[in-house]
Amino acid sequence: MIEITNLHKRFGKVQVLEGISLEIKGGGIFAILGPNGSGKTTLIKSILGMVIPQSGTILIENKPIKDQWEYRNNLNYLPQIAQFPENLTVEELIGMIKNLRGQTANDKELIELFGLAPFMDKKLGNLSGGTKQKVNLVLAFMFNCPLIILDEPTTGLDPVSLINLKGLINKEKEAGKTILITTHIMDFVDTMADEIVFLLEGKIYFKGTVAELKKKSTQNDLEHAIATILTEKNV
Amino acid sequence: MFKILQYSFYDLVRSRWSYVYFFFYLVLGFALLFLNSSVSKSVITLMNIIIVLTPMIGTIFGVMYFYSAREFTELLLAQPIKRSTIFLGQYLGIALSLTLSLVLGLGVPFMIYGVFQSSEIWNFGLLLVSGSFLTFIFVAIASNIALMHENKIKGFGYAIFIWLFMAVIYDGLFLISLVVFDEYPLDKFSLIATMLNPIDLSRILILLKLDISALLGYTGAVFQKFFGTNTGLFASIGILMVWTGIPIFFIKKISSKKDF
Amino acid sequence: MRQLLFAAAIFLCANTPINSAFGNTLEVCSTCKITTITEAIAKASPGDTLLVKSGFYQEGEIVINKPLVLIGVDKPIIDGESKAGILVISADSIVIKGLIIQNVGVSYTKDYAAIHLSRCNYFTIEDNELRNVFFGILVEKSHFGIIHNNKVSSNATKEYSSGNGVHIWHSDNMTVTNNHLSNLRDGIYFEFVDESHIANNISTNNLRYGLHFMFSNNDTYYDNEFINNGAGVAVMFSKFIGMKRNRFYKNWGTASFGLLLKEIYDAEIEDNIFEENTIAINVEGSTRINYKNNNFIRNGWAVKIRGGCYANIFANNNFIDNSFDVSYNSKMNDNSFNNNYWSDYTGYDLDKDGIGDVPYRPVKLFSYIVNQTPETIVLLRSLFIDILNFSEKVSPVFTPDDLVDATPKMKVIQ
Repeated sequence: MIEITNLHKRFGKVQVLEGISLEIKGGGIFAILGPNGSGKTTLIKSILGMVIPQSGTILIENKPIKDQWEYRNNLNYLPQIAQFPENLTVEELIGMIKNLRGQTANDKELIELFGLAPFMDKKLGNLSGGTKQKVNLVLAFMFNCPLIILDEPTTGLDPVSLINLKGLINKEKEAGKTILITTHIMDFVDTMADEIVFLLEGKIYFKGTVAELKKKSTQNDLEHAIATILTEKNV
Repeated sequence: MFKILQYSFYDLVRSRWSYVYFFFYLVLGFALLFLNSSVSKSVITLMNIIIVLTPMIGTIFGVMYFYSAREFTELLLAQPIKRSTIFLGQYLGIALSLTLSLVLGLGVPFMIYGVFQSSEIWNFGLLLVSGSFLTFIFVAIASNIALMHENKIKGFGYAIFIWLFMAVIYDGLFLISLVVFDEYPLDKFSLIATMLNPIDLSRILILLKLDISALLGYTGAVFQKFFGTNTGLFASIGILMVWTGIPIFFIKKISSKKDF
Repeated sequence: MRQLLFAAAIFLCANTPINSAFGNTLEVCSTCKITTITEAIAKASPGDTLLVKSGFYQEGEIVINKPLVLIGVDKPIIDGESKAGILVISADSIVIKGLIIQNVGVSYTKDYAAIHLSRCNYFTIEDNELRNVFFGILVEKSHFGIIHNNKVSSNATKEYSSGNGVHIWHSDNMTVTNNHLSNLRDGIYFEFVDESHIANNISTNNLRYGLHFMFSNNDTYYDNEFINNGAGVAVMFSKFIGMKRNRFYKNWGTASFGLLLKEIYDAEIEDNIFEENTIAINVEGSTRINYKNNNFIRNGWAVKIRGGCYANIFANNNFIDNSFDVSYNSKMNDNSFNNNYWSDYTGYDLDKDGIGDVPYRPVKLFSYIVNQTPETIVLLRSLFIDILNFSEKVSPVFTPDDLVDATPKMKVIQ
């Protein structure tokens, strides 16, 4: 599905990714973890083509993505901070993205799921953070694509929506899709993720299942396991 | 690209500033025609305003839009759309909406006052064409600056400086070199120096079409000899196109390398 | 000389010379006894009247050497077939009236004219139409002439192959009134002409000047119109010229001006209107000239002073919408500007006496720079120039600092 080889990315003097090589086979939920500034978002944005790496290759379905755009027809992306053009209404935004993609979408269902119907004719600039995030989720899940990339999907969500989101992700997983998630909510990872990629200072520190990580750090709790990794590293 | 253009265009057309800009020209057009009561005199006054204002508004709007549309841009970048399409679409959206404000804002009053029956139609047309070119050129330059600088204040500063340079400082340097090299034949130099700055080029193109060109005297005659011919006119339009094309090319180039 | 004066006096008293008390009347027409003008002149005695009836007379170089009255009845046409001059006159007390004279020959060595008067006194040239002329009316070494209500036209395209409408040389006491002069080299040309008056003429579309004075003194020109000439009026090397109530309009071109003054002294320029000229008045080496109550409207330069100008007074003039009001090429100033109205004036009048409380500086920095380096005119109407002019206005560095109108009017002077 995704094959990353020796990826380097530097912003000015700051080396963010230092030779990341990673293979993600199709199907399942993959959590990309790591402390702040470890390069999670940069890695995701590299896959999306929004960040252009200095060196290294990224293959999706065995095709290099450099200077390509068509491959994005087959992936959905949920950006970390939900920011939209403020002059548009929710309805117009969803309509615009549908228009741009030209694919069939199940937006109605999702709008109902997240209870967005009363907000459809409101301008995006007037929405609360949580509601914006729900719109963000609708946009990310409304197309039927084999690859779904979610950057901090839980931000600002109320518990009901969080449950809905988990349901959605599980449904997509059952449909055999590949889902990449970054998050800081370890409980979310513990219950959802099939595999973990742990980034530290621009390198992959650990790749494997949750169980393997717990075993490696001799901790039963994922949060503690990660804390152990980080303290060991610092010592 | 057309879809992006469409959305940027609608986004701008709905914003308050496009209306302000449009009504400004509308009121200006009516006011000038009402005060001067003659189309030809209004054209001269308009020239002064257009030469200064279109580059300035183009610069400010260009920078402002590219900064404020950052979210929209990021949203689009994750969609299956080519990068150059996104940026060129946005660029054309803003340049077209500004040009539309200019052309409609001035066109309506002049049409009502009968510019079509007047011999000034060509001069008025040239005025609008120059104004449109200047808008396209300065929006493109501003877009480049906004793309190159993440810091809004810095970007804004550079953009205003570029406008200031082209509109004022350039002419100052031009004047100084003319005075300093007084002893040498300066016709060719003036001609080239004029061609190199789109604001000066537009100013001269319009001046030469108006009665006021007689004031230019001998130097004016040299200019008239060049710009008066078809070659001169095509060369000028060609240069304005190059002036538009180069920043557009850089929009494409810079945007293809930029991280978001 | 006494007899001549006496004869002329009687002539002038008799308003209708046709029924003149003395002299015979000879008729010329295709069916008359006399069919050509030349023949009639040969048969006439001094003081006779020739009535030229309506018709077409192909005659050139008609020599008149005795006092005669030549009157056209119903506009007879005398055609010179573009060979040479047409009426060649060398006698006193001549009257030429009501003729159409056309097609004068062009020469680079001889001054062919429709009517050529040499050493003629007390002549009257009236109500004639002179078409396609080289020179129209050419007067040499004559005194007391009247040129009234003639229409002179040609189709001049080049200065060297065209002549002047009314050309007067070495003469005095001439009166040139109500004539219409068009498409010539100079409409009216005066060289060494003194004590003469020019009034109510219209001079238009001439290649060079509408009216041209050289070495002529004590003359006046009032109430004339000079429209769309290469330049309206040129007054050079002359003294005591009165110029009043004339209109200088649309003398517009790269080197055009309404009025050119060069080396002249003691002139009065009053109540004239200068409208839409490239340079309304171009002055060089002129002294003791009073410019009063003139209107300068929408000219490129209203007054361009090129140097050597002393003790000139500009008072009570209106300067309205000119690109440059006053242009100087030096920091020296010996001329005064008072009580003028300047449309560019932005001062205030707190005591409401109609006079601005802040002096006005009519010379802009840009006009000074253009004088020094003419090429800089390409920056006309650039924003930089506006800024430059403004800063010079606030603190003058380059322009003559005593060149101010300390009492600028707040409103247009009627």
